[in-house]
Amino acid sequence: MSEVPAHLRVALLQTKPAKGQYQRNLAAAGEAFAQLAGDAPDLVVLPEAALTGYFLEGAVYDLALCASSFASDLARMWRQACGQRVDLVAGFFENDGGTYYNSAIYVQIEPDNERIVHLHRKLFLPTYGVFDEERFLSRGHQLGVFETRFGAMALLICEDACHSIAGTIAAVKGARVLVIPSASPGRGVEGDGELESVAQWRARLRLTALEHGVYVIYAGLTGFEGGKGMTGSSCVVDPRGRILVQAPPTQACIVRADLDLRDIDLARASLPLLGDLETVLPDLLLDDDLPLPGRRYDAADL
Amino acid sequence: MTLPIFESRELRPEPPALDPAITTQWLVAFLRDELVGRRGISRAVIGLSGGVDSAVTAFLCARALGAENVHAIRMPYKTSQASSLSDAQLVVDALNLPCRTIDISAAVDGYLQWEPEADARRRGNVMARTRMVVLFDQSAKLDALPIGTGNKTERLLGYFTWHADDTPPVNPIGDLFKSQVWELARYLGVPQRLIDKAPTADLQADQTDEADLGITYARADAILAQLLLGYSDAQLVERGFSHDEVTLVRRRVDATHWKRHLPTTAMLTSTAINEFYLRPVDY
Repeated sequence: MSEVPAHLRVALLQTKPAKGQYQRNLAAAGEAFAQLAGDAPDLVVLPEAALTGYFLEGAVYDLALCASSFASDLARMWRQACGQRVDLVAGFFENDGGTYYNSAIYVQIEPDNERIVHLHRKLFLPTYGVFDEERFLSRGHQLGVFETRFGAMALLICEDACHSIAGTIAAVKGARVLVIPSASPGRGVEGDGELESVAQWRARLRLTALEHGVYVIYAGLTGFEGGKGMTGSSCVVDPRGRILVQAPPTQACIVRADLDLRDIDLARASLPLLGDLETVLPDLLLDDDLPLPGRRYDAADL
Repeated sequence: MTLPIFESRELRPEPPALDPAITTQWLVAFLRDELVGRRGISRAVIGLSGGVDSAVTAFLCARALGAENVHAIRMPYKTSQASSLSDAQLVVDALNLPCRTIDISAAVDGYLQWEPEADARRRGNVMARTRMVVLFDQSAKLDALPIGTGNKTERLLGYFTWHADDTPPVNPIGDLFKSQVWELARYLGVPQRLIDKAPTADLQADQTDEADLGITYARADAILAQLLLGYSDAQLVERGFSHDEVTLVRRRVDATHWKRHLPTTAMLTSTAINEFYLRPVDY
């Protein structure tokens, strides 16, 4: 593998899509790309369901795209706005030959072509309370860690990142940067100066970054969808668990940060929890009491 | 040496808390998004009753859209208390809202003359529905959106006229308990008289909400907040509520689920609207 650069300059595009109006939202993303052209970042990250809105119900079948079409659309808009090479992550509803997923792609866009480096299909589909994803979508089955020109990364979509084990597995598999496109409807107005759900997300992201010594890049959707307000609050957390920048909850905006990738090793040296985990992990996972496939029905149970 | 002892806070039956600053910020963003962003409508029309709910709604709309774009409509019936009109005027004056008063007595009596036996409940429903006729017609005239003013407590207790108070397409305070509406009113600067007065539907003489409901809003809100979290009646009694008040609230909620839904439609096909054919309201 070629040497990883010391810095990763990211731009998070906190989108506020018009519900279901993909072409209009794609054009708006193109305008935002043009804003970046003068000082182009290395990586651009868009939220979950970035160009359609999140709560689509049955309209998800009207709007889902195959991954290559979505990548091609994004690449075309980027090239029109800015000719430079860029990596781009965005969430979308995927149609894979009639099976539908809540997905995110990592695309490497060159001046004359683009390549899908990784496709992640959301593992944990919230289907409770206000959420109804599994009624319309199939869930993914793999948490992949993939190489980029900035080192190994993993994608997690919204609730994927709410399960601490997902971040843990990604880190153990070598991810040094976690990229999280998300769409979180805000709730909780009891106190403490911000919505409870925003505070919970920040705590979760900080803990993930601190525990594993990873950068966490979170791009949140914003705007109201039928009374449910998406909380934006896109942010970047460094490997010591510090918030480098955080966007407001209710405004479409661009968030920029310069990540010093060398800080990952330094953070892990000062708090080597990931190394400790790698040592102990076999003991934890080989525990016969864990309800893992292949262990549920041993001879004693039959 | 005696060690200090720290005990967990006693669970007290209190109404749910509210951060009014965050709530205001969120609701103003909601109103701007729903009206201007989604519908391209920059004006609102609100039925101003003289109560705290419509006052809070007017204050929120004024922040979101500018006071000059919030049209207040006062709609008295001949038996309405005079203080309802003057209390509504306090809101108009405080915000400098454009305001019109449209007496609904002739419209209501035009129908009720044929139903002289109608009891107070029926007469109240006719008044509430007539007010919506006026509000929606004014919205068409003014190119404005009618804004709902029903709070979560009355929605849960079914204390409203179906297809009347609940009709406006956008409601900023429908997920706030009455106690939280009062808290928000204090923060927004709603005239104190409206916060202090006994809430009333003002459909009958000397009517008050709490007398109609048989429980104070403070107690009802405290019970509702925990009931919605899934606590059983027995657990609510353990938390300091009386069996009678828990039963009263539970019965009202259970008996009025239908009022919080669209009409029940017989399903005959696998493309039934809102059963199989599912599209979000903002699609």
